[in-house]
Amino acid sequence: MMKRLFHILIWVSGLFLTTLPLSAAAETTPGEQAEEFNVKEMILEHLADAYEWKIVNWDNGDITVPLPVILHSKTSGWHLFLSSKLHNNEGSYNGFYIAPEGKYKGKIVEKDTSGTEVRPLDLSLTKNAASLIFSSVLLIIIIMGVARSMKRNPMEAKKGFIGFMEMFIVSINDEVIKPAVGKDHARYAPYLLTVFFFIFLNNVLGLIPFFPGGANVTGNIAVTMILAITTMLVINLTGTKEYYKEIFWPDVPKWLKVPVPLMPAIELVGVFTKPFALMIRLFANITGGHSTVIGLTSIVFVTAGMGAAINSSMSLLSVIFTVFILFVELLVAYIQAYVFTMLSAVFIGMARVESHQKEKELIETKHINKQIN
Amino acid sequence: MELLSILLQATGTGLNVLGAALGVGFAVLGAGWGIGKIGTSAMEGIARQPEAAGDIRMNMIISAALIEGVALFAVVVCGFIL
Repeated sequence: MMKRLFHILIWVSGLFLTTLPLSAAAETTPGEQAEEFNVKEMILEHLADAYEWKIVNWDNGDITVPLPVILHSKTSGWHLFLSSKLHNNEGSYNGFYIAPEGKYKGKIVEKDTSGTEVRPLDLSLTKNAASLIFSSVLLIIIIMGVARSMKRNPMEAKKGFIGFMEMFIVSINDEVIKPAVGKDHARYAPYLLTVFFFIFLNNVLGLIPFFPGGANVTGNIAVTMILAITTMLVINLTGTKEYYKEIFWPDVPKWLKVPVPLMPAIELVGVFTKPFALMIRLFANITGGHSTVIGLTSIVFVTAGMGAAINSSMSLLSVIFTVFILFVELLVAYIQAYVFTMLSAVFIGMARVESHQKEKELIETKHINKQIN
Repeated sequence: MELLSILLQATGTGLNVLGAALGVGFAVLGAGWGIGKIGTSAMEGIARQPEAAGDIRMNMIISAALIEGVALFAVVVCGFIL
């Protein structure tokens, strides 16, 4: 009883320790010039892509990893340089500079001959692209490691991390992919499992606040758009004839099809809205989660100038809320990957539908075989 | 014609921001009510048959994620308006 009370007191006082350094900092800021701490700007800056990877704020500047910038401009051809060069020389290098505001805010632009800002062909390795490369390499290392171990000893009971991965993969395969896709689940299982683990790993890496995590990859609508387009290609390029027949000439009363093709139009729109919903669902969930976490953390900075008492109490609240929201975001990371994979599997299963005439014949031959035997 | 001139008078004010905020509020209301109904029926199902708790839990989470997706559609569209 006393031991438990002692443990509880240790944890609660540990939480109060989080407020001490900031109450000290609040007393020293009034002397310097107080920049307005703009929460919305900070959240958007953390959610957006960038040309360098900021690791930490140090005394006068930051420690950043400069990333290569690859440009092709119509006037001067190909350019390849590190993004740190864009910060010397008053932020311009060879005529390229990062636009401070306007339509291309935050992106590299140059001024063409008539003086208007124009964007060159930008193939740079930005923060999101570098994080994609890192997470892909990490995923390949993990999965190939598990695969090699399973190939060497397929019948052995695995322990540790490989056992956990085996359980994870088998649970997704047996509970999501097999029932949803149906007969030819083995053909689509590689794609669906890859999608699941790719989305899950990128979601989790986006929650880690320090390098090499923390790049908002799955919250970038371009990434989710490519995932949705890939699913749409897999569904429509491998759909059976029966699937296309059900889109363009569905089994409905004739007046819904003949003078005005109402049902075919609705079905055709459905072909595009289903992957669109996949894209928006993943993007909005992950982006919303990240902005909530950053917003709660910024409570500490917003209350920094308001005196030590308010600051330390709000910091304590902020730490508790942020930890809670981070746990929720971990659950959301798994659920969103699960829902994306499950819906892709269901759509693929719906596209691999056999004709109902063939199904009737199959049932009849089974019935006859039973009667004979 | 009068309707057009009345509507044009409202363009300069901050009414678009008000509209976006109201839109998000209604979307959250809808999502909360829908997911509440899912939770209710899931709880009742588990209370009737505790052995099916695992199946019911997975289906509840899937339905909640789908409804949340629709609500986040509205949030994204309102974010574009802002």
